[in-house]
Amino acid sequence: MEWETVIGLEVHVQLATQSKIFSGSSTRFGAAPNTQACAVDLAMPGTLPVLNEQALRYAIMFGLAIDADINQRSVFDRKNYFYPDLPKGYQTTQLDEPIVGPGLIEVQLDDGSCKQIRIHHAHLEEDAGKSLHEDFHGMSGIDLNRAGTPLIEIVSEPDMRTSEEAIAFAKKLHSIVTCLGISDGDMSQGSMRFDVNISVRPKGTEELGTRTETKNLNSFRFMERAIKLEVERQIDLIEDGGSIAQETRLYDSDKNISRSMRSKEEANDYRYFPCPDLLPISIDASYINELRENLPELPEAKKARFVSSYALSAYDANMLTADRATADYFEALSQACGDAKLAANWLMGELSASLNNHDINIEHCPISAKQLAELISRIKDNTISGKIAKQVFEAMWNGEGSADTIIEAKGLKQVSDSGAIEAMVEEVLSANQAMVDDYLGEEVEKKRKKKFNALVGRVMQASKGKANPSQVNQILQKKLDS
Amino acid sequence: MAVDRSDIEKIATLARIKLDENSIPEITSSICDILALVDKMQLVKTDDIEPMAHPLDAIQRLRCDKVTEEDQREAFQQIAPQTEDGLYLVPKVIE
Repeated sequence: MEWETVIGLEVHVQLATQSKIFSGSSTRFGAAPNTQACAVDLAMPGTLPVLNEQALRYAIMFGLAIDADINQRSVFDRKNYFYPDLPKGYQTTQLDEPIVGPGLIEVQLDDGSCKQIRIHHAHLEEDAGKSLHEDFHGMSGIDLNRAGTPLIEIVSEPDMRTSEEAIAFAKKLHSIVTCLGISDGDMSQGSMRFDVNISVRPKGTEELGTRTETKNLNSFRFMERAIKLEVERQIDLIEDGGSIAQETRLYDSDKNISRSMRSKEEANDYRYFPCPDLLPISIDASYINELRENLPELPEAKKARFVSSYALSAYDANMLTADRATADYFEALSQACGDAKLAANWLMGELSASLNNHDINIEHCPISAKQLAELISRIKDNTISGKIAKQVFEAMWNGEGSADTIIEAKGLKQVSDSGAIEAMVEEVLSANQAMVDDYLGEEVEKKRKKKFNALVGRVMQASKGKANPSQVNQILQKKLDS
Repeated sequence: MAVDRSDIEKIATLARIKLDENSIPEITSSICDILALVDKMQLVKTDDIEPMAHPLDAIQRLRCDKVTEEDQREAFQQIAPQTEDGLYLVPKVIE
């Protein structure tokens, strides 16, 4: 039987505020345990929450970016459950009256087609602390620095049918929140986490199958793997005559397996009710309009601008606007070197490869846009060849100095002195008489070209890559034809 | 609506409350009384009344996004039963 997969996503996005959603503690990542957990975060008796306006503003900005209804009245609820990293015994969240109502996100797939994914709603809530289970003599250690960090939870409709669509949707959300500047989007620090609801049904049928929820995926790659794994598991189970249990599952990225975390029967009864410590939120239409008018450039608009003002292909523009940091780097690089195409090639080529290899975000790139622009300018003004530039790039990456310093120190300047090149060409020709004869005796044009290129290669080798390639071509041709 | 012993035991488990065996009959009857009162309140006609999220007719005040808290870990951890390396220690929980 042919099966169809149905996927819905719940996405938690940490908002880039300075302080927590309900307290004045810092949200900075990486501080010593519990040094950013105040009396409110610790749920000390008598403390009261006060909502951070910036968190509210960021949630509204997200809603505006996806053309959603912004609810002018919105209410916080308590979601009750017991876990030691949740000191109050409830999470302050929103249930029936969330800040952001239904919206729509369009994603582009690899084959160029577009797909619309409906957003059910997005709401504000607080993050929990962290539990550490190792090395505490059979006890668990609790760090409450993250408790109270503002989140928006974005809930999609079950509109995705493949892992590719789910990943495209997740990436689009990432690009929207980073373009808006409402989240740093740093997945390695948990700034964006995905819960994936998955079910399967016979192709052509309407009724939804029983779904499972795989929680807390924190990279696009893990998400893709976890979806594939769960879809296979469900289809195998049904085809073997079994049935799917509604449950929450955990994905183990080290072993690429998933296991059941809790079944529907064990599920918490969250006993939601309106939070008596927080009054309803009321937002003026003028407040929303002002945010709408000042919304930063969104990914779609940026992409269109990159195509029109930098003459980039749609593919390049798509890659370069995937997140704001990359887009900003590109614009700085392109302006500084004055060549958008070269800037795009270097950013998506050497620079991306090095960042990936070292697992570094572009925000922490060891080579600034200005420094890379200097290198590109040296290719443009023929000081070095593209090939040598890669060597210079590597030295720059290793912190050996600026492009000019490295070119000077290593003597990498391109040789454009035709006398010097001529001497090299002559030397290579006399040392490789057999190759020359072979070339001259060849009658098939294609093969002749290949043999010519082999000789160019020898000259370049003799010059240690420094000879100006087009001059080598010219001079060699002249010599051979004479 | 009435509840029996097994309901009370289940609610106690969900609420992580340890009940003394002997107290269960009394608690069961108290909760039945409370539920009877709720049943009575349910008789009030509320069809035309818009539900409130809060008893006060007021709206939430907002804070500006500033870090105003300093690190008081040492003071807070003095009243914690057990701490280590700055972490609060609790009986092992793993899901």
